Amino acid sequence: MTSPINWAAIDADPRFQALHRKKAGFLWGLMIFSVIYYFLLPIGAAYYQDLFKTQVWGPVNIGILFALSEFIVAWLIAYVYARKANAEFDAMAQALVNDAHQIGG
Amino acid sequence: MRIRLGAKMKQNMMRIKFACGMLLFTLLSNPAFAAGGAVEEKFKWMTFAVFGVIIAITMYITFWAAKHTHTTSEFYAAGRTVTGLQNGWAIAGDYLSAASFLGIAGLISLYGYDGFMYSVGWLVAYITVLLVIAEPCRNIGKYTLGDILAFRNDPKKTKVVAALSTITVSTFYLTAQMVGGGVLIKTLIGIDYEVSVIGVGILMLSYVVFGGMKATTWVQIVKAMLLVIASILLVIFTWAPYGFSLPGFLQAVVGDTKVQAQVAKLLGDAASTMSPQELGQRFLEPGLFLKSPIDQISLGMALVFGTAGMPHILMRFFTVRTAKEARKSVIWAMAIIGGFYVLTLFLGMGAAMNVGAAKITAIDKGGNMAGPLLAQYVGGGADSMLGNLFLAFVAAVAFATIVAVVAGLVLAAASAMAHDIYVGVIRGDQATQKEQVVAARIASLIVGALAIFVGIAAKGQNVAHLVALAFAVAASSNLPAVFLTLYWKRTNTYGVILGMLVGGIAAIGLVLVSPNMTYPQQVAKDAKKVLEGEPAQAAKPAQAGEGFVCELFAICKKSEPAKHATADKPAKPGALEKLAKLKDKLPTLNDAAEKAKAEGDIAKLETDIKKAQDVFAKAEIEKVSMMGLEKPFFLLKNPGLISIPLGFLCVVLGSLLFRDKRSEAMWEELYVRQNTGIQSEPAAAH
Repeated sequence: MTSPINWAAIDADPRFQALHRKKAGFLWGLMIFSVIYYFLLPIGAAYYQDLFKTQVWGPVNIGILFALSEFIVAWLIAYVYARKANAEFDAMAQALVNDAHQIGG
Repeated sequence: MRIRLGAKMKQNMMRIKFACGMLLFTLLSNPAFAAGGAVEEKFKWMTFAVFGVIIAITMYITFWAAKHTHTTSEFYAAGRTVTGLQNGWAIAGDYLSAASFLGIAGLISLYGYDGFMYSVGWLVAYITVLLVIAEPCRNIGKYTLGDILAFRNDPKKTKVVAALSTITVSTFYLTAQMVGGGVLIKTLIGIDYEVSVIGVGILMLSYVVFGGMKATTWVQIVKAMLLVIASILLVIFTWAPYGFSLPGFLQAVVGDTKVQAQVAKLLGDAASTMSPQELGQRFLEPGLFLKSPIDQISLGMALVFGTAGMPHILMRFFTVRTAKEARKSVIWAMAIIGGFYVLTLFLGMGAAMNVGAAKITAIDKGGNMAGPLLAQYVGGGADSMLGNLFLAFVAAVAFATIVAVVAGLVLAAASAMAHDIYVGVIRGDQATQKEQVVAARIASLIVGALAIFVGIAAKGQNVAHLVALAFAVAASSNLPAVFLTLYWKRTNTYGVILGMLVGGIAAIGLVLVSPNMTYPQQVAKDAKKVLEGEPAQAAKPAQAGEGFVCELFAICKKSEPAKHATADKPAKPGALEKLAKLKDKLPTLNDAAEKAKAEGDIAKLETDIKKAQDVFAKAEIEKVSMMGLEKPFFLLKNPGLISIPLGFLCVVLGSLLFRDKRSEAMWEELYVRQNTGIQSEPAAAH
C-alpha cells in the first residue's frame, strides 16, 4: 500500500466527472428504453389483440414477431452497451486508475 | 495443516462417493424404489447409466476443486479466477432452473403463444443486471449482498438485514426447487419422492461443502452445456422435417388436430363457431393462459428487477477477475439464456404437435413432461431404444439442472450465514482464513440439511408460486437497497434497513392474502359445481372494471377486473345427476362393451363425487385460508406492482428522515470505486 487515495479529489477530477456524465446519460437512456420496450409486450397482448393477431408471413403473426423482436432488442442493447463500454468507459476509468495515487495527493 | 486438511477431505470425498454409489446401486437393484414414471421399466437401466455418468463427472470436478479450495476467497468466489465466458455459462446454469427448462416448454406446449411470451421477461431481466448491477458490484463487493450494502452503510446492521433477506429469498427458491425436483424425478423415472430429495441434497452438499464456489461453478457450466446441447439436438430433429422454415413449421402446428383439440378444450363454448384452421391459428395468439394484464405486468416487474437482486446471481460476479469480465459474463449469459428461450418455442410447439397436450398432461398436469416426451418421440417413440436413450438423457439433464441450481442457492444462503452473520457480526470481522472456511462449510451443511428437511416436509404442497415470490422479494427488498446504495448520494443505513424490511414484508404479506393461497370456501364452491352442475346463464354484455384500485384489492363492492362479453351458456349437469342417469341406464344396456364403458364412467363419477364431498368436509372444518380470509384480499398473483415501488419509497424515506455520517462520508469513495474499480478485490495468484 502506497499513500492513501484521496477519493474526494478523484470525484472532483474533471476526467471522473466526464466519465460520470457520459455513463449516466447512456445507461439511463438504455435502461428506460429497454423497460418500456419490454412492457409493450404484455400491454400489446392484452389491449391490442387485433394487431397481434394480424398474420404477416403465413401463420406467423405480429405478436410472434414482436415477441421474437424482444430477444433481438435485448441482445442489441447488450451489444451497444458492451461496445460503448469497451471503447470509451474502460479507457476513461483506466486513466483514473493509473493516476489514482497522484490526484489530490 | 493444509496437507492434513487435504488428506482428511480426500477421505471424506471417498466416503461421499461411496455413499452416492450405494444410493445409485440401491436404486438400480430395488425395483420398489423406481416403479412407474415416464421411462419404461425395461429401459430404466439406460437412465441410471446416464445419471451415473453425469454424477461421476461432477464428482470428479468436486474432487479437483476441493484441492484448490482453502482460502475464503477460493471458497466463496473461486479465487476470482473464473473467466467471463466461463462465468456466462455458469450464470446460465445457475438461472435456467427446471422451472424454465421444463416449465416454459410445457407452458408453450399447452397454451402456445402465452407460454412463449412468459419466457421473454426472464431474458430482459439481464439488461438490468448488465447496465446497473454487475460491474459496480464486482468493483466494490467481496462475497455477499451484505458486503455491497455494508460498504457505506453501518456494516453490522445492514449485514444482518441483508443476510435475513438473502436467506429468505434463497429458502423460497430452494423449497420450490427441492419439491419440484422431487416430483420431477418421481414422474420421470419413478424414484420415490423422499429418496429423490435426499439424493439431490447429498449430491449438492458434496459439491458445495468440498468444492465451494469452484465446484459449484463447474457443475453449473457442465449442466448448462448439457442443457443447450440437448435442446439444440431436439430442435434440429423437430424442425428439420420442415426445412428449417418458421412459417412452414408453424403451419404444421396450426394444421395439427391435437393442437386444434387443445385450443377447443381451452376455449370451451366459444370454440363451437370456429373452423379447425381458426382454432389452430388461435394457438399462436395471446390470451389462452395469461388472463389478467395487470398481473402480468406485476410479474414482469418482479422478474426484470428481481433477477438483479437475486443473491445467488449477485454472488457470481465476485468470481471473475475484473468488472470488464463481469460485463463479458452477462453478455455471454444473455446470449445463452436468450438463445435457449428461443429454442423452447420450437420445443414447446413441437411437443404440442408431435406428442399432444392430452398425453403431456396425462403424466403431469403442469406440462413439465413436454420436453422429455418430445425427446422420446424424436428418438422413435416409447418402444424404441433410441427414443428412450433420448428421454434418459433429457431426464438426466433435468436432474443435473436441479442439483446445480440448488447448489448455487445453498452457497448463497450459507455465505450470508457464515460470512455476514458469523464472521461479520458475531466475530466483528476478526477471524482467520481457516476459521472462515470452516464456518462456511458448516453453514453449507446446515442450509443443505434444512433444504432436504423442507423438501420432504413440503411434499405435495403447491410450491410453484414460491419462485415468483422469491423474485418479488428480491425485487422489493434487495434491489432498491443495492441500487440506491450504488447510485444515490443520500442513501444511508436507515433507508436501507427500512426499505429492505418493508419491501420484503410487503411482498410476502401480499402473497399471503393473494389468490395463491387456498381458500376452502372457494374450493368448496367449485366442488359444488362438480356435484350439482351449473345452471344456464344468459349472455352478458361487456362489463367495465371499477377502477384501478378495485382491481388490486378486495375493498370495493365488487372488486373484479373488466370483463369481456360472454355468450349464452347452457346448463351443465352435475356429477350426481349424471350418476343417477347412468345407473338408470345400466340395466337397459345389452352390449358388453357399452356396459363396461358405462361401468367405468360410473366408477369415475363416484370417485369425483367422493373427492368433492371430501372437499366439503374439509371446508366445514377449515372455513378460512391460512390467514383467516374467506377470499383473497389482494387480487393479483404477484405482489411486485405494489411491493417494488414501496421498497424504493421506503429506502428514500428512511434516508431522508434519518442521518448517518458514515454513509455520507463514504459516498465519494463508493462512487469512484464502483465506476473505476480502484482497489477492487484482487484475484488469487495462480
